[in-house]
Amino acid sequence: MTADLQYSHPLDLHPFLLATDEHEEERSCQEDRQQAVVIMAEVEETLKRIQTHKGVIGTIVVNAEGIPIRTTLDNSTTVQYAGLLHQLTMKARSTVRDIDPQNDLTFLRIRSKKHEIMVAPDKEFLLIIIQNPNE
Amino acid sequence: MPSKIRKSAVSARKSKNKKEDFYSDMESVAESDKKEDVLLTPPSGMGSLAEYGHPDDILPMVLTSATQELFGCRADEDVTGDNPYKLLRKDDIVQDMKTRAAVSDFSPVKQIVLDYPEDEILLVFDSDFTYGQSFYLVLTPEAKERILGLPSPALEAGDEEAVEDEVSEVFVQKSPEPQPWISLGSELEIEGESVTESRSKLSYRFSRIRREFGAPVHFSDRNVADAKDGFIECTPYQDPNFSIKQMERHCGVQAISTVQSSSTQTQWKYPKNMCTQYEPREFSEEEKERLLQSENLKNFINSVASRFDIAIQQNEIMDVFFDDLKALSEEDSGFGGKTDTHLKEYQSFTDLNYSKEKTISDIKWHPTINGVIAVAMTERVSFEERIDHSTKLLLNPSLILFWSFSDPINPQLLLECPDDVFAFEFCPSDPNIIVGGCMNGQVVLWDISAHSERLLGMQAGSGKNTSVNAHAFKDFEEKRESETPVVRYSAVSAIENSHKAPITDVQWLPETFEVTRMGVPVENNNNVCVQLVTCAPDCCVMFWDIRASQRVTPVTDRKQRVDEKILENPHGVPETFRHLDLIWKPLVRVALPKIDNSGEYSPLKFSLEDNSCDSHTGSNADRAHLHAERSEVAPEYGLLRAPSAKTLKPLEDINTKLYVGTEEGGLVYTDWKLEKDNDTGRLHSTKPTHCFNVHDGPVNTVRRSPFFKDIVLTVGGWTFAIWKEGVTVGPVMRSSCSQEMCTVGYWSQSRPAVFFIGTEDGNVEVWDLLEKSHEPSQVQNVSPVKITCIKPCIVSSKQHLLAASDELGTLHILEIPWTLRRPSSNEKLSMSKYFEKDVDRLLYFSKRKKMQAQEKRHMEAEEIRKKTEAIVPEKSLEQMEQEISKEYDDYCSLEEAILRDMALPSDTLNSTSDLSLFFLQSSSHTHAHMHTYTHNRTL
Repeated sequence: MTADLQYSHPLDLHPFLLATDEHEEERSCQEDRQQAVVIMAEVEETLKRIQTHKGVIGTIVVNAEGIPIRTTLDNSTTVQYAGLLHQLTMKARSTVRDIDPQNDLTFLRIRSKKHEIMVAPDKEFLLIIIQNPNE
Repeated sequence: MPSKIRKSAVSARKSKNKKEDFYSDMESVAESDKKEDVLLTPPSGMGSLAEYGHPDDILPMVLTSATQELFGCRADEDVTGDNPYKLLRKDDIVQDMKTRAAVSDFSPVKQIVLDYPEDEILLVFDSDFTYGQSFYLVLTPEAKERILGLPSPALEAGDEEAVEDEVSEVFVQKSPEPQPWISLGSELEIEGESVTESRSKLSYRFSRIRREFGAPVHFSDRNVADAKDGFIECTPYQDPNFSIKQMERHCGVQAISTVQSSSTQTQWKYPKNMCTQYEPREFSEEEKERLLQSENLKNFINSVASRFDIAIQQNEIMDVFFDDLKALSEEDSGFGGKTDTHLKEYQSFTDLNYSKEKTISDIKWHPTINGVIAVAMTERVSFEERIDHSTKLLLNPSLILFWSFSDPINPQLLLECPDDVFAFEFCPSDPNIIVGGCMNGQVVLWDISAHSERLLGMQAGSGKNTSVNAHAFKDFEEKRESETPVVRYSAVSAIENSHKAPITDVQWLPETFEVTRMGVPVENNNNVCVQLVTCAPDCCVMFWDIRASQRVTPVTDRKQRVDEKILENPHGVPETFRHLDLIWKPLVRVALPKIDNSGEYSPLKFSLEDNSCDSHTGSNADRAHLHAERSEVAPEYGLLRAPSAKTLKPLEDINTKLYVGTEEGGLVYTDWKLEKDNDTGRLHSTKPTHCFNVHDGPVNTVRRSPFFKDIVLTVGGWTFAIWKEGVTVGPVMRSSCSQEMCTVGYWSQSRPAVFFIGTEDGNVEVWDLLEKSHEPSQVQNVSPVKITCIKPCIVSSKQHLLAASDELGTLHILEIPWTLRRPSSNEKLSMSKYFEKDVDRLLYFSKRKKMQAQEKRHMEAEEIRKKTEAIVPEKSLEQMEQEISKEYDDYCSLEEAILRDMALPSDTLNSTSDLSLFFLQSSSHTHAHMHTYTHNRTL
């Protein structure tokens, strides 16, 4: 698997060094990969745990710009939720910060007739969960 | 005056520090003028000028002292060398010359003075004798002006030279420098000079007819004198406005910084409609993967997950926003006060003439007009009486009365029937079309469109004074008031092709489909109801089409008909259904063969799918709206033609099943679609699928629930039953026999669980299946005699009415209380569950019954077999003991063998055998082995 990987190096490196370097890098890359897989599994597990709760309709992970990363809903719904809730959360966040600059928004719950939408904002990501509380 | 300007520029330069603006320039000009004035005065050192003699326009003269005194110009007293000027009035001089004649000093200049154009003549004291005399007289106004105000050209020239000398000394070429504006008040003057609008601008508009633009013009000669004002003369004249002498002119110059004016224009583009679409930004799979694998995301998810857990769990545990108070009030409604639960009498209708000795056979609410109800009156006589009085009855036709809530005394409309009508129905597409089924088996059609205004008017207004244009048609109105219009039927079916028994039920087919001659349901292109179904106890159900057949009736026939029409149209019968009158035949005749033997069922009532639900579901307003929508496209019924059956698409998904309540008290479930006989190729009616005999009297009601398409209520004899379409084992619910005969039943239009049953003793029973099903939840007496018909109606959300008629011909309108009209929050769901449960029960019992029967059969077989089986001889006690001891021995030996295999010592062997004995007493063999094994292991 690692044999397929291609690495680019500065040309002025010594061939010998290059060889060892490659070896080491290969190993570290492998480690990184393993670690990444572990992280991903952990994330997946947490999200799955939330998803299994009663009445949870969907889970969306959105980046700071409002672009969905991971979702359990269909594409159009996800895009709509991600875009709109991102805006709303940013507005809510700025409101909280304007009132007290040392404060910050940590959690946003929107209760509608049909659902409850929960948003947790962070520096880099946004987690949106939609729940039907009447279920 | 270029020199002057230059001079002023110089002076401006000189006085640069003090006065710089334009105004100061002006002042300096005035100043230099004064200097010139000074120069003008004869200077003392300029005696050389006298050599030139005096100019032509002055006259040196000598004035005597007397003259000097007279004119106030005594030398060195009144006039001096500094102030040499004296203006003499011309009139004074003339007067002086007249009084003193030749003595006057002015006599030499008499003519000049007389010719002098102005009033005052200037006299100058020439103290230095410049012109040779002590005085000189200025002879022309020009000279006077020059001497008084302007410098003489000679002096000016000299002056100029002097100035030029000055300039050459000081002048250095340099561009004027801009100076900041210092206001000295001049801007007010400038402002005053500027033109401002004091009134609105006048605007003129000239117009011309469009077609006259560019039209060719024809000119021709004519005499000027021919027409008055034929010409306008423009004579030349002196315009005084053009000879105004300019007296004064202000001008000023100021240096400002360089100003540049420029303009630019953008290019005009043609405006275009544009739209922008956004595409949501999305990550590619790789990017998503990368982000999902990032440490940051993991940290984020882990940090926020707990918050979500808490929030989600909160919602799971209980709904925080649940409105307990609202739920409480809803609960409350079920146990409302007693007063609110009863049916209240709202109005009752009875007519002295028409209701006398009659009974009401059918009631129908007007489908679109609120508060209008139609009732069919029939004779209250037995069969024998009817035969006895047949002639009397013929003369006295039976009627359908239209009652309006606004007039409880007089019916609004009377429909004349050929015979007693037992069932009638408004057309769902056009409420002005009414179909009725007669006692003699004929089907009757009425068209009341001519009177719909009247019904509407009565409904809109209250009391007698109704129509908006009442006064306009007062006579007409009064006539109408006094006499209720009688509408004659517009068509009646051919008696030979009609039912052979009284028609007991009539219904319109829904507008979604129609039936062909072959009895096949096909699509309906007209989208209006054109077909109807009737049934009578002559063992058949008939389908009728109200449209004219496609075949054109022969012309002769038509002519004949026209003659007939002329002869007999005294009733003003509408022509809508003339094409059907007396020749109307049923489209399809469906017989009802008995399921098990020959013979046929005699139907009384029937129910088609979709059909019973349309009578009064939804509010009337909705229906009115629907009707209004339809009426826009509603075709004339008289013009409708039956299309060829071949062109129409057959519909497969139409439910052609029919519930028929029979005279014997049974309910037959059959298919009205005709079946082709394989042998003969002829169409014949199918055998019914099911038939149940549940009622102990004729079935008088077969009604589908307005909320469940597959739930049917039947009433007959002393019982009622509820059926579910598709359940073939029997009724879902069947009441016990009541005290009184049930005469009629009808579902509530607003509550799925409620229906009304009318009984023979005049009671109306309200059944609420969700409250109790063994007895009515409420019984109320309405009339002392039999209830013949019940029809609920939703007038508005606040008012639900129930019409109940009795045998004496009285129509009672009852108001349905709040508890009976308002459904509980999920009544429909509970009802469907209720029915489901009952169906399950029913299926279970039928299965049980089958199983029991099977079991019974099985048991019987068993018993028979047992009986036949040989009796086994009993074993002796010793034999049994022997067997037991043998079994025990076998076991002991087996146990020993096992223990030996495990190489256990003999003493333990004994103890284990004891133990195992203990186990043996309580357990089976294998069990004991298991335990021994475990025991050994522990040892």
